[in-house]
Amino acid sequence: MSSQALVEIRDVNFAYDSRPILKGVNLTFPKGKVIAVMGGSGCGKTTLLQLIGGALKPSSGYVKVDGQVIHELDHKGLYHMRRRMGMLFQFGALFTDMSVYDNVAFQMREHTDLPEEIIRDLVLMKLHAVGLRGTHHLMPAELSGGMARRVALARTVALDPMLVMYDEPFAGLDPISLTVVGNLIRRLNDALGATSVVVTHDVQESLKIVDYIYFIADGVVVAEGTPAEISTSDKPFVHQFVHGEMDGPVPFHYPSSNYGQDLNLRPGR
Amino acid sequence: MTIVENLRSLGHRIVNAVWRMGYASRFFMLILFYSGTSFRRFHLTIRELFSSGVMSLIIILVAGTFVGMVLGLQGYETLKRYGSESALGSLVALSLVRELGPVLAALLFASRAGSAMTAEIGLMKATEQISAMEMMAINPMARVVAPRFWAGVISMPLLSALFSAMGVFGGYVVGVVLIGVDEGSFWSQMQAGVDFQHDIVNGMIKSFVFGVAVTAIALFEGYDAPPTAEGVSGATTRTVVESSLTILFLDFILTAFMFQGE
Repeated sequence: MSSQALVEIRDVNFAYDSRPILKGVNLTFPKGKVIAVMGGSGCGKTTLLQLIGGALKPSSGYVKVDGQVIHELDHKGLYHMRRRMGMLFQFGALFTDMSVYDNVAFQMREHTDLPEEIIRDLVLMKLHAVGLRGTHHLMPAELSGGMARRVALARTVALDPMLVMYDEPFAGLDPISLTVVGNLIRRLNDALGATSVVVTHDVQESLKIVDYIYFIADGVVVAEGTPAEISTSDKPFVHQFVHGEMDGPVPFHYPSSNYGQDLNLRPGR
Repeated sequence: MTIVENLRSLGHRIVNAVWRMGYASRFFMLILFYSGTSFRRFHLTIRELFSSGVMSLIIILVAGTFVGMVLGLQGYETLKRYGSESALGSLVALSLVRELGPVLAALLFASRAGSAMTAEIGLMKATEQISAMEMMAINPMARVVAPRFWAGVISMPLLSALFSAMGVFGGYVVGVVLIGVDEGSFWSQMQAGVDFQHDIVNGMIKSFVFGVAVTAIALFEGYDAPPTAEGVSGATTRTVVESSLTILFLDFILTAFMFQGE
């Protein structure tokens, strides 16, 4: 499995100042698969994507993409690697001063010398793939949240990346857009022969489209498995997460001092 | 204990200020380092020239006209006491070209275009557009920041020249058309009083320096803004305050060098 892995994360520790976020995590993303990384808010999922993209460096351990250790690459090497990656940001991060067309064409114009006629055809093909060819003349402000996410998806795959990272692609979407984006992630991955990493906390949608799931909590991988294994798992954390239970290994109450003392109640009352 | 805490807080502020100045200097050097794209793909700079320069035209032209009109009125009142009304043209032009043109145009540019640059870059950062660009292997310093910097630097002297030209026109309207100062002496005194090298070139140098300062401050504040609504609003305010003070301070320094011992 390791020989076919596109991304290998080995014993990675990462801390913001003195606050540890990841504590020795190991993950493997095989080529051609759609992998979900799940966990509660603030558990380090997005940090993981930033480590893969080279925006952050691990305190120890390494992240290897296509056989190259990311944090050992120089500026040029990192940019070269990033040209082969795509990342869909949580709210799309479309360039608001450019039309939909120019957003999708952006990387093609920056990184290639293709003539404008070919760029036009490619842009329309990418937009057609996400079902939004008719919006090419619109500005991002004229799109709904779901449409903006799909345009951003078209922009992300504009140069046919080998690795596509999705940061909370389902956040704030209505049920129809959610299913559409979910299906697109799967279909585009298979059509491009890419590998996809989906960071999310939307369990039900992810279970439908991904090949493998990692659960992260408190900076460590607490569970992993295929969607079938995860849905039937009896591990307390996975059970609480998948079924959205209020209390469990992840407590409802934030740690605090004694409740009675806070209300100034005398002992015995 | 309180003294120790106060000392610690003071030290912390000083260290932070020094660190920020270092960070700003590094940012400025990076702008210069990544400026190649702004000239190789000059259409990027032209686009920014439009939004920062052309879009500031109206405020600059209107303000210049009014300032010139006020100069015409005030100048006439003062010169009349000494029977030198004919020197009005020279007074209006020298005041504008040496001082008011570069300084007021820069102050207006800081409030109109500088604050817009800060807000735009701050919001681009807050909405992850800058991060998205970095993840696409496109350097935002080269693609976003440097073209805006050069657009500001190029447009500032031009706006300042237009401000002065409109000011002269305003002074003419008030002095010659409304009050009735002799037209011939208005223009001839101006021609005789204003020296190209000494006044106009020095005024242009001033506005170039102000352009560098205002645009660099606006871009740095935008790039350094915390990615929140409060962060961007604070950065926009800082741009206007810091730019204004920097312009006035630099104006004093430059004037001291340029017009010493007259």
